[in-house]
Amino acid sequence: MTDDEKAAALRPPADPLGDQFWQSLKEGRLTFQRCKHCGNAWLPVRSECPRCLEADWAWENASGAARLISWVVYHRAFHEAFADRVPYTVAVVELTEGPRMTSNIIGAGDPEALKIDQALRLVIEPDFGLFVPRFTPV
Amino acid sequence: MMRGKYVIAGIGHTAFGSLPGRSTISLNVEAVRNALADAGVEKDIVDAVLVKYPTSHFESIYGQKVAEALGLTPRINCVVDQAGASNIGMIGYAAMAIEHGQCEVALVSFADNPKTGSRAVFSRSRDPNAVFGWFGVPAGYAMVARRHMGEYGTTHAQLGAVAVACRRHGAQNLRAQLKKALTIEEYLEQPMMVAPFRRDDCCLVSDGGAAVVVMSRERARQLKVRAPVPILGFGQGHTAWDVAQRPDMTTTMAKASAATAFKMAGLLPKDIDVAQIYDCFTITALMTLEDYGFCKKGEGGHFVEGGGIEFGGRLPMNTAGGLLSETGMPGLQLVLEGVRQMRGEAVLQVPHARTSIVSNQGGVMHTHATLILGQP
Ligand SMILES: [Zn+2]
Repeated sequence: MTDDEKAAALRPPADPLGDQFWQSLKEGRLTFQRCKHCGNAWLPVRSECPRCLEADWAWENASGAARLISWVVYHRAFHEAFADRVPYTVAVVELTEGPRMTSNIIGAGDPEALKIDQALRLVIEPDFGLFVPRFTPV
Repeated sequence: MMRGKYVIAGIGHTAFGSLPGRSTISLNVEAVRNALADAGVEKDIVDAVLVKYPTSHFESIYGQKVAEALGLTPRINCVVDQAGASNIGMIGYAAMAIEHGQCEVALVSFADNPKTGSRAVFSRSRDPNAVFGWFGVPAGYAMVARRHMGEYGTTHAQLGAVAVACRRHGAQNLRAQLKKALTIEEYLEQPMMVAPFRRDDCCLVSDGGAAVVVMSRERARQLKVRAPVPILGFGQGHTAWDVAQRPDMTTTMAKASAATAFKMAGLLPKDIDVAQIYDCFTITALMTLEDYGFCKKGEGGHFVEGGGIEFGGRLPMNTAGGLLSETGMPGLQLVLEGVRQMRGEAVLQVPHARTSIVSNQGGVMHTHATLILGQP
């Protein structure tokens, strides 16, 4: 699989809000949405606030501080684009501002030594033709 | 009160495992034919057909295609999508529909052929997170398992105890797809697949079908059904949110589902003699036992250790092998074994069992349904 083929296979589905999210990452910012009506903050992107259901929201920049909710370590590739990357870590992280997202943990040494709730910070890496928000232990 | 007013009058299934060349419609028809024969009734009395669509391949108006193959024009006919909770969900809907005069005799049926057909659905990306390498169903459950291990100190050996119990039971079940007992040492020696899961934390991929016949206790008496098993309670609960979005990853709406079923049955966890707990992954069964109240939250690991859930233990679980050993099909096999236990006809028959609880769940703990059965 060429790098271009991998990028095409893994590209998030085209979506106006999702495109804005990925464009911000290209500019070095991880963003989330905050409701102007009730103050709720969320990811992944959606057009209505899942708490009050209003569609009146604005983008905010995340500080990059987060904590580790949980993680798994792939020792087997479920997609050929990751065949040469195992073992790799996929995590659920919670931003200090509240929203939770799926991401990767990098630079952690032995991933089995990670701890739930440990502090993380954002690292934006160019990969697969995107700028990918990943996290590393503080 | 609906408690005990409706029964599972008949159960049927196909062979489990690799069934090359069989369509899902064909497998549904065979399972239904066997369920009707088990109940000792003709198909012409059936006026409701509820079907879970084959997990590996969605198809529009699939329920009607099954009804056509069965030569029926039912009053009620639908596909219900609650993923792996669908089958118990449909048994509940069938009882409620009969209660309100919408139908009288219902078939609940499921079949799929992912083993010899396509299993791509089980390893697809969880879009739009493909770029993180977030692929496959096992990883979703592994994510929950890791959080449970971190919060409560649940160990690999405790996850393994679930697999060991199911495999021990399945090894004695001639119908089982995987008739090979597993020791905890063998489990712990296996390499990680998606840590904290090893291969044997994960359910089988299976071809096969199963079906049940639901009717009123009164109708079953009139039809002289041999061993109608009363439905004492049922309930549902849907966590609904994606794993990453759940504020609490280690408690699910299985709790509400069981509470509804226990209330309807007028029973408590201590009144349950045998359990069939959905074990698509080891963590699923362990957490369901907690959410059902068989032990406190966080004590599931301790509860499953030391043979407590094995035949002869305090709560024998998945006495035919479950999804880890009998067949990976989503849930009806557990209902069938619950019925056999209540009839006194199980291979590993729990002596004097008077009550049986069955759980079904799906997605990544997104959906849940509970069924409590009593003696004929
Ligand atoms: Zn709002």
